[in-house]
Amino acid sequence: MTPRRSRTGLARIAAIVLAAAALPSAATALPFWMKLPEGVSTYSGRVDGLFRLILWITGIIFVVVEALLLVFLIRYRHREGRRPRYTHGSNRLEVIWTIVPAVICVVLALLSRATWADIKQHLPKDGVQIEITAEQFAWNVRYAGLDNRFDTADDVLSLNQLHFPVGQPVIVTLHSKDVIHSFFLPEFRVKQDAVPGLSTRIWFEGTRTGHWEIACAELCGLGHYRMKGFVTVETPEEFAKWLHEQAASAAPEAAPAAAPEATPAASPQEAKS
Amino acid sequence: MSSVAVAHELPHAGHPAPTSFWRKYIFSLDHKVIGKQYLFYALFMLVIGGLLATLVRYQLAWPGRPLAFMGKIAPEGMPGGQMLPEFYNSLFTMHATIMIFFAIMPILIGAFGNFVVPIQIGARDMAFPTLNMLSFWTAVPGAVLIIWSFFVTGGAAQGGWTSYAPLSAITPRGQTLWLLSLLVLGISSLLTAVNFITTIINMRAPGMTFFRLPLTVWALFITAILLLLALPVLSGAMIMLLFDRTLGTTFFLPKGLVVSGQPWTNAGGGQALLWQHLFWFFGHPEVYIMILPAMGITSEILPVFSRKPIFGYRAMAYSIMGIAGLGFIVWGHHMFQSGMNPYLGTTFMISTMVIAVPSAIKTFNWLGTLWGGSIKFTTPMLHALSFVSMFVIGGLSGIFMAATPVDIFIHDTYFIVGHIHYVLFGGSLFGAFAGMYYWYPKMFGRMMSERWGKIHWFITFVCFNLVFFPMHFLGMRGMQRRIYDYTQYAHLKGLQPMNQFMTISLFVLGIAQIILVFNFFLSMRRGKLAGNNPWQANTLEWQTTSPPPHENFKGSVPSVYRGPYEYSAPDHDADFWPQNEPPSGARPAGAHAH
Repeated sequence: MTPRRSRTGLARIAAIVLAAAALPSAATALPFWMKLPEGVSTYSGRVDGLFRLILWITGIIFVVVEALLLVFLIRYRHREGRRPRYTHGSNRLEVIWTIVPAVICVVLALLSRATWADIKQHLPKDGVQIEITAEQFAWNVRYAGLDNRFDTADDVLSLNQLHFPVGQPVIVTLHSKDVIHSFFLPEFRVKQDAVPGLSTRIWFEGTRTGHWEIACAELCGLGHYRMKGFVTVETPEEFAKWLHEQAASAAPEAAPAAAPEATPAASPQEAKS
Repeated sequence: MSSVAVAHELPHAGHPAPTSFWRKYIFSLDHKVIGKQYLFYALFMLVIGGLLATLVRYQLAWPGRPLAFMGKIAPEGMPGGQMLPEFYNSLFTMHATIMIFFAIMPILIGAFGNFVVPIQIGARDMAFPTLNMLSFWTAVPGAVLIIWSFFVTGGAAQGGWTSYAPLSAITPRGQTLWLLSLLVLGISSLLTAVNFITTIINMRAPGMTFFRLPLTVWALFITAILLLLALPVLSGAMIMLLFDRTLGTTFFLPKGLVVSGQPWTNAGGGQALLWQHLFWFFGHPEVYIMILPAMGITSEILPVFSRKPIFGYRAMAYSIMGIAGLGFIVWGHHMFQSGMNPYLGTTFMISTMVIAVPSAIKTFNWLGTLWGGSIKFTTPMLHALSFVSMFVIGGLSGIFMAATPVDIFIHDTYFIVGHIHYVLFGGSLFGAFAGMYYWYPKMFGRMMSERWGKIHWFITFVCFNLVFFPMHFLGMRGMQRRIYDYTQYAHLKGLQPMNQFMTISLFVLGIAQIILVFNFFLSMRRGKLAGNNPWQANTLEWQTTSPPPHENFKGSVPSVYRGPYEYSAPDHDADFWPQNEPPSGARPAGAHAH
């Protein structure tokens, strides 16, 4: 009996030492890993704010529940001669732990609703018009040009290059030629599937100039992993200059070449209407 | 009650004990043998699914680094040991498909459901023993088809386990086999569901009222109803997709589809999103099909090893029903960013938030069960406790993606992968392990080694968290799921050390399962004899021999006098009180008095 007892005692000490070492090191590592990418759109702060709020709420619930579990496991471990408490439950407690989570969840839903509506439902009236047609495995970007209207002479086409001006709403109309892709700008907290046969409009506004990447977030085939695009956010002047350069460099052959390229992109729109 | 009593006199409940090897072990009508067949089937597929996951993780830790021996095993997918992107896509597609449909569901529903339900309700067998045999032998060709699909031209399905159209309509032939396999398996599951529902309604022993049913039975009863209502929707969608692939229909193929610069021949008129609606109308109840039985097993084990009644029995039963009912109106939360009308997003967010409530009720009731108990840390108990603590993480992380604005960022990232593994591994699989350690003595008549069981549990529990918890961090950094080489992206390059750490943890996790395999098979011969009731439990399966005789009970079926969790009752001497033990001084009541 005695060697057995000392062995469990040793195991217990080892467990405590391990836990004492593991907990602080995990805790110090957390801030390093639990980081969202820098937010660079006007609504990224609101999305991150909700993320942090939910992180706090669920974090507290997590710590309380797991701590209670551990306390119960230690406090009520089997001991000779101790009789367990015979109870079938408590209606009052059942009511409490039904209502409290329900209230928390409904409040979270209400808080989320407004942000969701501002991001996905209420599009700004004016903005830089861009059309993106996804295909295996590239992003075809079409700019409405300086007149901000499509199907005019100054439309600009580019492959995998998304330029837009800082501080102005951008309205993107998403299409897909073949399968479902997902237009993901991590730093802008933008994600929207591009669905063949559907025309989906989204908006965002950059808060600072810089270079980022477009990622495809929906499995779209063997080249899904390399369906990458490049984002350049620049000052309105730089953007206008860039558009001008693109239009000029493409001018000789752009007008006839653009037409067949644009047809498949336009047809899904018809399918929807 | 009289109808219940009558049911037992019906001749279909009985079939003579088989004598030939084929009838006894292969084409058996005995639910206990069929349960064991499902157990071996599921464990075999679990190993395959696990090996696929290991290859996925290898690629994520060391993208593009060749693995020489795989060049010989899979020369088409990994020529010279170098993994191709399409093979990677097949790997995660088949990992998820095999784990969900061929491992978790068969082990929880096929193995434990079949073995335990009839004995726990005091029946001699399932209501339809022949149908039961057929459901197992329909599941076998399903598994053959899915494994066969690895060897066809173009390899196995590569559209993800969700098989979103139109991608799934234009990928190579493996996808067709995937569809056929799951259609066949769906028939098997429907047969099982019908059998469970009929058995639980009609075959309960005298005195076994609905509110005296063990919670495992409650969970499997509701699971069977979910299967019966959700699965036909998936089957319908899969038949439509099969037609789109083979017969030229266009259910999911919209007008103007251009693939690789060529107009797709049979495009026009279809809706890509229709597939997602149909798939997730099945797919969300499916998540509960996989978690409810594990919740039932946990609710069964916690009272036994706390020596205390379950806290809030009726709340537990009602919350199972609540989860099942709400499970049918939350499917749109998988589609917030899909192009579905964003106004619907708000509706589905609210229903999704509400479904967190019954899960919270269950968790608090499990804590209430432990409170004031006399807790024994046996191997089944350690796994059941792991279920509770890990399910808390999986449940709470679900709230992030329920909140639509947050979902914009984390949708289709590793955050989702982390969440689903905390529910399906931390939840379902720990529940399955708990059930396996708990019922093993009843199934095979001998105990598994407690010491090796605990070592297996400890390594699995620790490594599970080391593999899957960091997935949340990867998701927060924006790392997409289903991505062959994330180092292509500037903002994801720095995540390689974390991915390597997770992969090494997975290797340890996988190696630890060898302990389980040895413990499982060696204990059949060498384990301590179990006796009828090694855990001193109340439910009826422990009141018969281990393993139970043909038709489960010697003599007449038991009569039931009380609920399943009467532990440490003050008016009773022993700390457990079997359901069929007559009240002191009373004669067995009812039609079965003799």
